[in-house]
Order: sequence, then C-alpha cells, then structure tokens
Amino acid sequence: MAYTTSQPQPGGFLSRLGFGGKARSKKTAVAAEEMKRVQFTSPVLPYLFLFPQLAVIFIFFYWPSVQAVSSSFYLEDPFGFGSTFVGLSNYTDVIFSSEYQSIALFTAVFTVLVTFLSLSLGLLLAVKADRVIRGASTYKTLLIAIYAIAAPVSGLIGMMIFDQHVGPFVKMMSYFGWHMQVGLNYYDTAFAMTVVAVWKQIPYNFIFFLSGLQNVPVSVREAAMIDCRSGMRRFWTVILPLLAPTAFFLLTINVTYALFDTFGIIDVMVKDKPANNPVTLVYKVYADGFRGNDIGGSSAQSVILMIVVFVLTIFQFRFIERRVHYN
Amino acid sequence: MTMIKKFSMAAMAVAMSATSSLAATNITWWHGMGGRNGEVINEVSQKFNASQTACNLTPISKGTYEEALATGIAAFRSGEQPNILQVFDAGAATIINAKGATVAAEDLINNAGYKFDRNAFIEGVRYFYADSKGKFIGMPFNSSAPIMYVNPQAFEKAGVAVPKTWEEFETVAPKLKEAGFIPMTASQLTWQFTENFFSRQNIQFANNNNGYDSVVDTKMNLTDKNLVMMFEKLKSWSDAGLYKFYGASWNDNQKPFEEGKVAMWIGSSGSFGGLQKTASMPFSADFLPYWSSIKGAGTNTFIGGAALFAMAGKPEAENKCTADFFQFLTSPEIQKFYHQATGYVAITKAAYELAKKEGYYEKTPVAEVGIKQLMLPSGEWSKGYRLGFYPQIRSIMEREYNKIFSGETTVQKAFETIEKEGNDLLTRFAKTAG
Repeated sequence: MAYTTSQPQPGGFLSRLGFGGKARSKKTAVAAEEMKRVQFTSPVLPYLFLFPQLAVIFIFFYWPSVQAVSSSFYLEDPFGFGSTFVGLSNYTDVIFSSEYQSIALFTAVFTVLVTFLSLSLGLLLAVKADRVIRGASTYKTLLIAIYAIAAPVSGLIGMMIFDQHVGPFVKMMSYFGWHMQVGLNYYDTAFAMTVVAVWKQIPYNFIFFLSGLQNVPVSVREAAMIDCRSGMRRFWTVILPLLAPTAFFLLTINVTYALFDTFGIIDVMVKDKPANNPVTLVYKVYADGFRGNDIGGSSAQSVILMIVVFVLTIFQFRFIERRVHYN
Repeated sequence: MTMIKKFSMAAMAVAMSATSSLAATNITWWHGMGGRNGEVINEVSQKFNASQTACNLTPISKGTYEEALATGIAAFRSGEQPNILQVFDAGAATIINAKGATVAAEDLINNAGYKFDRNAFIEGVRYFYADSKGKFIGMPFNSSAPIMYVNPQAFEKAGVAVPKTWEEFETVAPKLKEAGFIPMTASQLTWQFTENFFSRQNIQFANNNNGYDSVVDTKMNLTDKNLVMMFEKLKSWSDAGLYKFYGASWNDNQKPFEEGKVAMWIGSSGSFGGLQKTASMPFSADFLPYWSSIKGAGTNTFIGGAALFAMAGKPEAENKCTADFFQFLTSPEIQKFYHQATGYVAITKAAYELAKKEGYYEKTPVAEVGIKQLMLPSGEWSKGYRLGFYPQIRSIMEREYNKIFSGETTVQKAFETIEKEGNDLLTRFAKTAG
C-alpha cells in the first residue's frame, strides 16, 4: 500500500517541481516577493513554516520513492539477507511479460472509461439539478450522500449486487438473456468494476460541477438567452467554457482516482483472487510486492507507474490547461 | 473528584500491570486469522498464560495470512520481529529458504531442554514445514486437508453410493444430475486438484525432490499427462453439467452446496465448523477421490493451513518461552481443544487418540475424515512441495484455470503457460535466495 498511497496529487507534485504554467509562475514569483518584503521579518521564518509540510513530503513521498527506485535494480531476498544487482532486468521482465501488457491495456481502458463516464454523468446530473427549483436540496443531498461511502464498502455493495448466486442485478439481467458471471467471465467482471467505480465517483464530480455552475454569472446566462434560443447550444458555447477550469481540475483528479483510488473496489470485487479477472497496475504492484514478496519486481512496476503519472500530468498541464481560461 | 479518582485508578492499574509483566517474560505472536478462529487463538493464549507464570504470551492479529507474512517480513528487516509468526502453506518456501530468519522449531524445543519427537505427529503433517532431512523448521499449527463433503439426500434420491474414485464419480454423476442436483463443485482447484492431485496420485510435482533439496534449477512438472487428463475431465464434466465451476473464489463454490443444490463439494477439513452453521441440510464427508487407473494412486494428502515459526534474533529467555508455548500447543489436551473448537485436524497422534477415546468422532464423524486422509499410507511424492514465489504461481494457475472453463484456452495450452511462467518465477526466486 505504501507505494500506492505515496503518490501525491499530480498538481501539487508538478508545481513543486516547477512545472506550473509560465504565466502563473511569474505571477506567483512576484506575489511571493511582495509577501516576503511585507510580512516576514526574519528570512528563516518562512522556511520554518514550510518545514512541517516538507517533512511530510520527504518522509512519505521522496524517501519511499528513492527506495523504490534503488530496489528496482536489485533482486532481493524478502527478509533482506542478500540482494543481487540485476541492472534493468526487473524492468525488462515486467515490460515484456504478456500478463503485464494486458493489465496495462486494461488499466488504460478502465481509466478512460471511468474518467469519461463519471465526468459526463456528474456533469449531466449537476446541470439537471441546477435547474430544479422545488426540492432542490433533497435531490442534491441524495446525490452527494453516496460520496460518504468508503471505497471498500462500495466495493462490497457492488460485489453483492453482482454476486453470482444472489445478486439482484445478475437476476435482472438473466431475464434479458445475459447470464453474468462476475469472477469467472473477464468482461462481466470488468463491467461490474467499471459500474461501481463510476458510481462511487459521480457525487464528487457532481459537487464540483454544481458549484461551478452556480458561479456562472446570471447576467451572462441572461445575455446568452437573448442571443440564442437553443438550450443545448447555449450550454456548449457559453456554460461549458466557463466550467472549463472546474472540468480540468476534475479531469486530473478523476484520472488519479481511476488509476489509484479504485484499488479498494478492485480488491473487494476480486475477493482476494484475481485469477483471470481484470485488475489495474496498482493492484499488480500490491499482488507481487505484498503477497508475492517480490520486492525488486514490484518496485520496478511502481517506478513505471510513477513515470506514467508524471508524463500524464505534464501532458495535461502542457496541452489541456492551455485551452482552459481562468477568470 | 471523580476525575481524580478515575485517574488514580488508571495509574494504579498501569503500575500493577507493569509489575506483573516485569516478573514474566513477554513474548508476542503475530497471526493471520480472524473471526472465530482468531478468538480461539486468544483462548489458547489465555490458557497458556494461566498454566504458568514465567511467560506472558500476547497474540496479535495482522489481518490475513498474506498480511501477516508481509508485516512479519517488514518487521524483521527493521529488527522489530515478533517471537512467533504464523506463515501459511504457500509462504513456506519464502520463510524456510531465508536461512537466519527463523530458529528451527525442533532446535528451539531441544535447546529448551525438551525432547522433540517427530514421530508424535501424524504422517501427513511431518514434512511440509520440515527441511529435506525431516527436521521441523516450522511448528505445524492449523492443519487441514482437502476433503469431499457430501449431501446424503442427493445420493438417496439418485439411489447411488458416494464415489471413492473418479471412475466411480463418472458413473454416479449423471444419475445425480438426473435427480436434479449439481453433482460437484470444488472451492480451490490449485490446492485440491493440483498440489494435492500430485500427492493423492503419488506423482512428482517438481524436480529437486519437489523443491525440497534446492532452489537451483527447480522446475515444475505441470504438463504431466495425468494432471492434464484430470483437467480435461473436469472441463468435459463441466460441459456435460456434471461439475460446476464458479470461479476462483472459495465461497462462490461453497454456497450452492450450503443451499443443498450440490451433491458433492470439495472443501477443506477446516470448513467443518463453519459448514455446521451455514448448511441448510445434514451433510457428511469422505476422502478426496483419486484415479484408480493411475498406478500407485490413493496415497495420503499433505497439510494445508499454516505453521508457527520462531523468529531469530530474540534473547534466550524469550526463546525458552516460545519453546514452552510450542510444547504446550502440542500437548494432547490443547490439540484436542483446538481441533474441536475450529475443525482443523489434530496434528499429534496422542491428541487424535484422546478425541477418539472420548467418543468425539462417533458423535461427529465428519471431523475425523481429514485426519484419516492425512494418515493414509504415504508415497514418495505425497509429502508436499517447497516452491518459491508460490503465491504468485498460484495466481497464474487461478488465471489459467478460469480461462479453461470460460473456453478461452485449452487445458494443454493452459498448463504450458503455467509451467513456463511458473518456472520463470522459480528461476527468479533462486536468484533472490542465492
């Protein structure tokens, strides 16, 4: 678990490394200078305030990361009696393994599906809830409440809904001639996992989209209403661009969610025995490292994951954020 | 006032517990059991603490078997290991090959002034946690055997007898199906139809004496024609509706039996306690069937479950306490208590005789099946295996077995894949251990 939880939120991680947008870093630099001049009498003081945060980052992120990188070059006895330097062979073993490739493919598909579905459904619900006048808070509370469910619990609920013997969803589908076998059939399990993962994430997106929608000025809406009669078109050309900062933030969060935070759901749904069921890369790191005690191999996998997240986040900030207009 | 009173009471309690623990040597036991089995561990520990004053044993649950092993390893690396660590069957190679991580149970007990007697243990228990010369490294603790649970109503309705061999199964299964039952389900194909298939039919599992002698160049014999035949039969039975496969999960395969829909379920002798509560109908049990057509088949199976390992790097006084506890644990009364409370088999002959004398098996014959199966005559290859990275090898098997039954692969191809990927893992393991 240490490998998975040590991943920081990419936004914070990147700006720490200085990957923020150019305009922004300039602005923040100026602001920081002003703040320094105005507020801190001693030059040590700001660092003192930074220390607790830096210490946490160092202990829970940098240190384990460095350890993961170094042990990925070794084959190690789990108890720590002997380790042999093997160069890049842990990496090549992993990358050329057909099992790893198929898990990576599933992870990619799963991440895209979960991100797309939970974002679009969250947005749809938010737009609809924003228009409701009577009983608005009831709708909103009901939609948000799901977010309070812990991941393993939602996994458990999902597991029961899709249970081979007693699952209500499975029984319902059998009337339509679809005999679901979650745990046995790869695609049935993938379907169930995706549904549960999306269901769990919708309320989060809903909250942010709703508050984003409520920030769209009434004057803008009214002006748009005069210019254009089609509600659909108003949404695409006026509301959605104004929601872009929220959507961008949620995109980053949802990708991280699908990659890492679905671990609990997957673990519960495969019931400790993945067999031929789909799992994500993080689950594979856990399975090899903590169940299989293959420290070198699972370290190599977690380094690969770190690189993937790194590249993804750079991509998001470089290419997508450019199109986002902050006020 | 009441606050002050409470505080002073608490302080007194702390002081008293401190003095009492000063007198006794404290030892800890990390295990991976939950539910009723975890409670029984606490009861056994309390019994030990009450039986003497020199040692104080604290059992701590670390979650599942896998989590117990992982935390035990992490703790060992930082010098914080417990005195006793419970390690499950598939993790045996990991801990036994880490020379210097443990003190052999046999040495520990002999050093403490007791006399360790290997022959006091029943046959199927003796080798799995021992080295190639038969010296006990781990102390067998919760031991189980794969046995066949039977729904007598199904057999009555179909008018057939419970099969002893797979040949007999093939003749009775269609009749059970006609009577409206699923003839068979099984909960863990890796353990019941692979590892124990080799031991029940007395076939070699891996070279280097099933992996016991060395990790170097150890290769598994998974394309064995008999094993392939067994799974081809399972697949054809599944296609004919004589066997139903519900995936790798234990409970998914057990549930239909509990509901009375299944005539035979291959489970564990340790399932007995739970099944008494969950089964909706009376049930009995019998040995795991074997192929009478395979020469030399019908030998015993070896234990599943877990063993207790005494971790190295502990002071002499604590090791003495660990030895005392092991000695206490194997005493007939405690073994009998554990056997009856959990459904795991008694691991010593004396405990078995004691339970028998009391008439326990006349009342509950199912509880005896596992022990009797472990006590069947052993063969050259019935004592189990010692293979590294075995939890991952099992995952590969589970993956391929699922593919066999969903029709994504053929039996022959599946075993070729498992053999190749599994042997690659063994090579990797040899490098880590070397």
